Amino acid sequence: MTFTTRVTRVVEENPKVRTIHFRHEKAGEARPGQFVMVWIPGVDEVPMSLSKAGRECAVTVGAIGDATSAMAGMKKGDVIGIRGPYGRPYSMTHRRILFVGGGTGIASIATAVEAHRKKRRSCTVALGARTKELIFFANRFKRAGAKVRITTDDGSMGEKRFVTDTVEEELRRGAFDAVYTCGPEKMMARVVDIANAARVEVEASLERHMRCGFGICGACTLDDGGERVCQEGPMFTGKELRKITEFGKYHRDASGRKVA
Amino acid sequence: MVNTSTTLAGLRLRSPTVLASGILDETGSAMHRAARSGAGAVVTKSIGAKPRVGYANPSCIELDGVGVLNAVGLPNPGVENVAQELWAAARGGVPVIASVFGGTPEEFSEVGGMMAGYGAQAIELNLSCPHAKGYGTEIGTDPALVTEVVRAVKQRVRLPVFAKLAPNVPDIAGLAKAAVAAGADGITAINTVKAMAIDVRAGRPILANRVGGLSGRAIKPVGLRAVYEIAQEVDAPIMGVGGVYTGEDALEYIMAGASAVQVGSAVMERGWDVFAKIDSELKALLDECGYPSVEAARRVAVTAK
Ligand SMILES: Cc1cc2nc3c(=O)[nH]c(=O)nc-3n(C[C@H](O)[C@H](O)[C@H](O)COP(=O)(O)OP(=O)(O)OC[C@H]3O[C@@H](n4cnc5c(N)ncnc54)[C@H](O)[C@@H]3O)c2cc1C
Ligand SMILES: Cc1cc2nc3c(=O)[nH]c(=O)nc-3n(C[C@H](O)[C@H](O)[C@H](O)COP(=O)(O)O)c2cc1C
Ligand code: FES
Repeated sequence: MTFTTRVTRVVEENPKVRTIHFRHEKAGEARPGQFVMVWIPGVDEVPMSLSKAGRECAVTVGAIGDATSAMAGMKKGDVIGIRGPYGRPYSMTHRRILFVGGGTGIASIATAVEAHRKKRRSCTVALGARTKELIFFANRFKRAGAKVRITTDDGSMGEKRFVTDTVEEELRRGAFDAVYTCGPEKMMARVVDIANAARVEVEASLERHMRCGFGICGACTLDDGGERVCQEGPMFTGKELRKITEFGKYHRDASGRKVA
Repeated sequence: MVNTSTTLAGLRLRSPTVLASGILDETGSAMHRAARSGAGAVVTKSIGAKPRVGYANPSCIELDGVGVLNAVGLPNPGVENVAQELWAAARGGVPVIASVFGGTPEEFSEVGGMMAGYGAQAIELNLSCPHAKGYGTEIGTDPALVTEVVRAVKQRVRLPVFAKLAPNVPDIAGLAKAAVAAGADGITAINTVKAMAIDVRAGRPILANRVGGLSGRAIKPVGLRAVYEIAQEVDAPIMGVGGVYTGEDALEYIMAGASAVQVGSAVMERGWDVFAKIDSELKALLDECGYPSVEAARRVAVTAK
C-alpha cells in the first residue's frame, strides 16, 4: 500500500467546500459510503468519506478546524497520505431511494447516488445545510439524473425549512424502499424516526472520533453493543440503530469522555 | 476433551485468551463485547489520574505484512470518569483487569485504589508504554522505581497486581524479579517495541509523535524470548503478549512459560471472534500434542533438554 500520493487537482465547490482529487489504487476500489484516513503531513490525520472512487479518487471537505482548513488550502502536487478504504458501505440493494445529506455529510452519499443512477434506479436527494455556503454537489446530482431538493435554515438557497420537513413530505408521498442518510447526528436521528414511522428501511452513516480506522484502538466504539464505527459502520441500518443506545444522544471525545 | 481454563494469581479464566490493554477497551461496552466474543478476561485501556487526549493523528497505522505502529499517547478520560465503564465491562462476566499508569508511585496507587473501588478484579501496572513522556518505560526501566511502584500499589489494594514490562530494556528478567520481590503477583510481557516509520514523499516520520510502538506478528519472537527469560527467573504467573494471532502462537507462549496470553493487534485481522478462535485452535493443538491442559504444556520449552 502506498501511504502517500499527490493531489492531482482541487475543485472549489463553493466558498467553504473543496474537493481534493488524487490517485490511489486501493481507495479506487472503495464502495459507496466507505471512508479513508487522510493525512495532511505536519497537521493531522482525519477520517473522510470518498466523494469519488475509481481511477481518480476524491474527498470533499468543509473547512471547519485545523485539518479540514489545511486540506481546503491544498494545491495540485501537494503530498497527501491515504489509507483505506475502511468500513461498511451502504448496502445498495434498494431500488427507489431517498438520499438525505446534511452539511458535509453530503460527500458521503455522492458515490451512492451516482452508482444508483447508473443502474437507472430512482433517486431523490434532499440536501440541507445552515446556509447556501455549505450546500454542494446539487448540480452533480442533477446531472446524474436525480431529483434534488434543497433546504437551508436561513433560506439563502432552496426552501427555508429543515431538511427533515422535506423527508416527511417525500415519504408521505410514498414510492421509496429506503432512505440513506449522512449528516449531523441529531438530523439523522430525526430522519431515522421519520423513516421508521413510515415503515421505510433506513441506513445512516455515523461519525465518531477515530484513531486507527481499522478496528483496534477502540476510539469509535458505540454503546452499548460495542460496535466499531470504523468496521461494523460507518453505515448502520435502522434495525441496528435501534440498539445503539447512544445514537442521537452523545459521543466520546478524543480522551474518551462522553460529550453531548 | 482438553480444558483450557486456567487460574492466574487467583483469577479464574475460562479461556487463556485475554484482551490486551489499549485494544477495544476504551468503553465498557467494547470490553463487554470482547467478553461475549470469548475472551477469558479483559484489561482496560491504561487509565491515569487526569483526562488526556493523547497525541494527534496519525497515531495508529498498519505497516503491511509487519504489524501495527502506534503512539496514541495514553488517551483516557481520567480515573474519575471510568466507574461506569468498569461496571459496564463487568456485565461480561469475566475478570476485568484495570490497567493503570502514573508519573509517580503515589499516582499509581491512587488510581489503582480507585479502580479497585470500581470493582476491578486485578490491577495491571503499565510500566512499559514506549512513547509517553514521564510515564511507561521512563519508569519501567529502573528496577528501583519498579519496586517503589509495586510496593505502593500493593499497600493500597488487596487485588492481584501484574507488572507489565517493556522489551526495550537490556534485562527484562531482572525487572520482573524486582517486581515480584516487591510483591507483584504476576508479570505481563511484553508491551510494544519502540519503532518508527518514515514517509519518503512527505520526508518526515508518519506518526505525529514521530516514534511509537510496534505490535503484531513482527514482535512475537521478541515477546517469546522475553517470557522465556522471565520464566527462568520468577515463579509468578506470566501473561504473554505480542503477536498472538493463532492457537499455535498461544501455545508457543505457554511453552515459554506463560499461563495466559493477551491478544491485541490480531483483532484487526480476525475480528471480535479472535478470542474464541484462538481458544479452539489451542484446544485442538494441545490435544494433538498430548497435553490435557494449559498447565501441562506450560514451561516445557524452558525445561526441554
Ligand atoms: C467516517 C467519517 C467520514 C467523514 N467524512 C467527511 C467528509 O467527507 N468531509 C468532511 O468535511 N468531513 C468528514 N468527516 C468529519 C471529519 O473527519 C472532521 O470534520 C474532521 O476530523 C475535523 O477536523 P479539523 O481538524 O478540521 O477540526 P477540529 O477542530 O479538530 O474538530 C472539529 C470536529 O471534528 C471532530 N474530529 C476531529 N478529529 C477527528 C477524528 N480523528 N475523527 C473523527 N472526528 C474528528 C472533532 O471531534 C470536532 O467535533 C468524516 C468523519 C467520519 C468519522
Ligand atoms: C493502539 C494500541 C494502544 C495500546 N495501548 C496500550 C495501553 O494503553 N497500555 C498498555 O499497557 N499497552 C498498550 N498497548 C500495547 C498492547 O497492550 C500490547 O502489549 C501490544 O500491542 C502487543 O500485543 P499484540 O502484538 O497482540 O498487539 C497498545 C497497543 C496498541 C496497538
Ligand atoms: S478508529 Fe480505532 S477502532 Fe475504530
